[in-house]
Amino acid sequence: MEKKNNEMNRRKFLKLLGTGATVVSTAFYGCQSQRKDISGSAQSEIPTDKMTCRVNPTTGDKVSILGYGCMRLPTIPVEGKEGEDEIDQEMVNRQVDFALAHGLNYFDTSPAYCKGRSERAMGIALSRHPRSSYFIATKLSNFSPATWTREASLAMYRNSLKELQVDYIDYMLLHGVGMGNGMDEFNARYMDNGVLDFLMEERRAGRIRNLGFSYHGDVRVFDTLLSRHDEYKWDFVQIQLNYLDWRHAKEINRNNTDAEYLYGELAARGIPAVIMEPLLGGRLSKVHDHVVARLKQREPNRSVASWAFRFAGTFPGVLTVLSGMTYMEHLEDNLRTYSPLQPLTDEEMEYLYDTADLMMQYPTVPCNDCKYCMPCPYGIDIPSILVHYNKCVNQGHVPESAQEENYRKARRAFLVGYDRAVPRLRQADHCIGCRQCVSHCPQGIDIPSELHRIDGFVEKLKQGTL
Amino acid sequence: MVLKRIRQTAALLCFVLITLLFLDFTGVMQAWFGWMAKIQFIPALLALNVTVVVVLVLLALLFGRVYCSVICPLGVFQDAVSRMSGRFKKNRFRYAPALSWLRYAVLTLFLMLCTATLLTGGAVMAGWAGLIEPYSAYGRMVSGLLLPLYRWGNNLLAFFAERVDSYAFYEVDVWLKGVSVLAVAVLTFVVVAAMAWRNGRVYCNTVCPVGTLLGLLSRHAWLKPVIDTSRCVDCRLCERNCKSSCIDIRTHKIDYSRCVACMNCIDKCPKGAIRYIHAAGKATGVNAPSDRKQTAPDGGRRDFLTVATLFAAGTWARAQEKKVDGGLAVIEEKKIPERKVALKPAGAQSLRHFTLHCTACQLCVSACPNDVLRPSSVLDTWMQPEMSYERGFCRPECVRCAEVCPAGAIHPLTVSEKSSVQIGHAVFLYENCVVNTDGVECGNCARHCPSGAIQMVPSVSGVPDSPKLPVVNEERCIGCGACENLCPARPFSAIYVEGHEAHRFI
Repeated sequence: MEKKNNEMNRRKFLKLLGTGATVVSTAFYGCQSQRKDISGSAQSEIPTDKMTCRVNPTTGDKVSILGYGCMRLPTIPVEGKEGEDEIDQEMVNRQVDFALAHGLNYFDTSPAYCKGRSERAMGIALSRHPRSSYFIATKLSNFSPATWTREASLAMYRNSLKELQVDYIDYMLLHGVGMGNGMDEFNARYMDNGVLDFLMEERRAGRIRNLGFSYHGDVRVFDTLLSRHDEYKWDFVQIQLNYLDWRHAKEINRNNTDAEYLYGELAARGIPAVIMEPLLGGRLSKVHDHVVARLKQREPNRSVASWAFRFAGTFPGVLTVLSGMTYMEHLEDNLRTYSPLQPLTDEEMEYLYDTADLMMQYPTVPCNDCKYCMPCPYGIDIPSILVHYNKCVNQGHVPESAQEENYRKARRAFLVGYDRAVPRLRQADHCIGCRQCVSHCPQGIDIPSELHRIDGFVEKLKQGTL
Repeated sequence: MVLKRIRQTAALLCFVLITLLFLDFTGVMQAWFGWMAKIQFIPALLALNVTVVVVLVLLALLFGRVYCSVICPLGVFQDAVSRMSGRFKKNRFRYAPALSWLRYAVLTLFLMLCTATLLTGGAVMAGWAGLIEPYSAYGRMVSGLLLPLYRWGNNLLAFFAERVDSYAFYEVDVWLKGVSVLAVAVLTFVVVAAMAWRNGRVYCNTVCPVGTLLGLLSRHAWLKPVIDTSRCVDCRLCERNCKSSCIDIRTHKIDYSRCVACMNCIDKCPKGAIRYIHAAGKATGVNAPSDRKQTAPDGGRRDFLTVATLFAAGTWARAQEKKVDGGLAVIEEKKIPERKVALKPAGAQSLRHFTLHCTACQLCVSACPNDVLRPSSVLDTWMQPEMSYERGFCRPECVRCAEVCPAGAIHPLTVSEKSSVQIGHAVFLYENCVVNTDGVECGNCARHCPSGAIQMVPSVSGVPDSPKLPVVNEERCIGCGACENLCPARPFSAIYVEGHEAHRFI
């Protein structure tokens, strides 16, 4: 038996070696032809005039392919107050200045982002620059039923202008259509109260230069809105697109729609697409070690994240790709990727689709840490729990049974790391399953059942009954 | 020289190990050196551990009070303090007659308290007898004063470990488990240390009931230090270095009831006039009035109180409607419900058994990894551990307290035995339940019940869609407190555990 095992291993090993060698040789082949462009680029200065731009067909805006998502602005914790933080305005200013200096000109915010503090922070940072040097995108984020009235929605819109310190909005979005219970909620938020008519009126008046919507969830809303394109004349539509969602969106969650379909519908009508979640909130950069090895093997000098950004930028109908860049290093890496964009070849596209197939084998929870679910009324730190779980999946710290070779090490890493990542009182065992978070999740994750599943796993680890 | 070195080495080893026993929260020390606590005299007596008691008695009859010099952590602690004091002032002791009336009075009082506890089944101040009992007094000092420092040190290491992505250290909570016990620990520390600093082993020879008891035996010890009068030059070096103040050179007699066989005199004697040998019983219990007065640690503190009123309005703000993304809701701290019967850990068998055997040494309180055990502040079980579930619950896989208990107050039991010991039962309070106050679905108690004793049942019979409320099957409930701890209602849980007088197997 043992001998047989050994043979198997040897065969496996040889097989691996073979594939490895082929991949390495192709990688070298690839490198040689591009050596001059790539080598040393990690250390070199980021060019200030090479940013790839796309032209908006309706207004002629020259929009940088990299857009700044303002949902994850840098924060500093408030001393002595658990869970409280404030926006690091100084850092926001620096990063905005740096981005503008390197050709980025599209900033995407919302009244709901960063506990409602994003618009003000962006207003402060951007008002230090000429109004013509940037495009601002914001949304009518009337998710709460309390803001479904016409007055409350309009007040939200006017407040955006005030917070952003501008008298017109370049890109205005209906926020997250398709979320909640789909069509009914959409009608309540934008149709019955006449808010969409009002926004179209504002567009005619020039206070909104482009009108569009961002879509998550129920695809019927997406289809309905596009079917009435002649009436509404959507200037752009924001969709979730990345190499995992291209074909696997349905597998991740049956409520989601493959990006292939969404993009195809927009392209057929010539509507520019703004891309959100190109990196799935970091899930396409914090990937399993096997995937890191695979991508790095081909492009040792490029970050894992750069693959995702090049993927999203390769589609010609894409106006801009949003990235929620918290740290200067993220910004620098993305600017490098897009200055200029080197579109993926068909072969590289296929390579990424294969990578996506590989990634689907790791049972991560599709949480992008957007914090839309927060605050949980019962104090659970939902995103931190899911992020910790995903981290452990990717690091191989989620054992399937106590018989596994590294069980003890994995158990310790999971449990000790869990207490570090999430305070005890905010862990999954305190989730009561009230389901108030579910409708807020743009990824359509069944948060309570995921939390209960993770809690069950933790209990088994603790009791040693796995 | 050799004898003294042997004594010092053995004492240091015992002292360090038993201290670590109180400090370690990972259970590693316990697995290897748990027996150190079990050879302590009073715990062994309470646990009816005949072997240990017989061995300790034989030890005293053969070698004198080596127990006090080596095994007893409080004794070694006093030696350490006394040694430090000796650096400032050499040859500082002098012979003092025994305060026999005080020793025997204290011993009698101690025995009376124990008897009263026994006769009344624990209703009379069992914890009070433990006040002067040396092992548990030392335990309270370590768990009250040293443990927080040790844990903060650990947390500092954990802080750095986290930054280098190592899982070698993890953070543990440091919290005040009982004000009165901490006060007692501080008081014990101050009084014992001050006495040792000034007068060496005076606590052991006037207050400590174990010292007095062993003194009765050590008078007749087979081996003891004996002065060879033919060699003695009356230099008094031995007398002035005897921390028990029990050598009287004027009469060349040693009070063997107080001698702890530390061998310092043998080491000091320049003429080799003192030898540790067998000699005919020449013990002298010197009776003489003394002008010195000793104060026993004052434990008469009544300033502790039980808070918690059961139906005090737990104002639970209705969940705020979410408007923006992110942020964490504030979590109110849980308060202790008023339990009619105190909760004792599985293995305690019954309140009576537990109260009779527990010395309140706090070893289990220090060892409890779930922050469930804490010293009681109720008069008749003062300082003895009890359970509450605000910070955690009695986890099904943990039997740490039963493993560590040296006094047999918590009997050892296996994990599977524990799962069938009923220490109490859950009680549901509709008024506090979030299904009632917030109008949401919950069922967290039922989801986490390890014995399947809680079911969620529609509140209106015949209407399956009506809000589901928990129903407790008391027969299956073991009282672990998972439901109480994980109940979202705050500050008072909507389901809490009521203790049982006698634990039973289900």
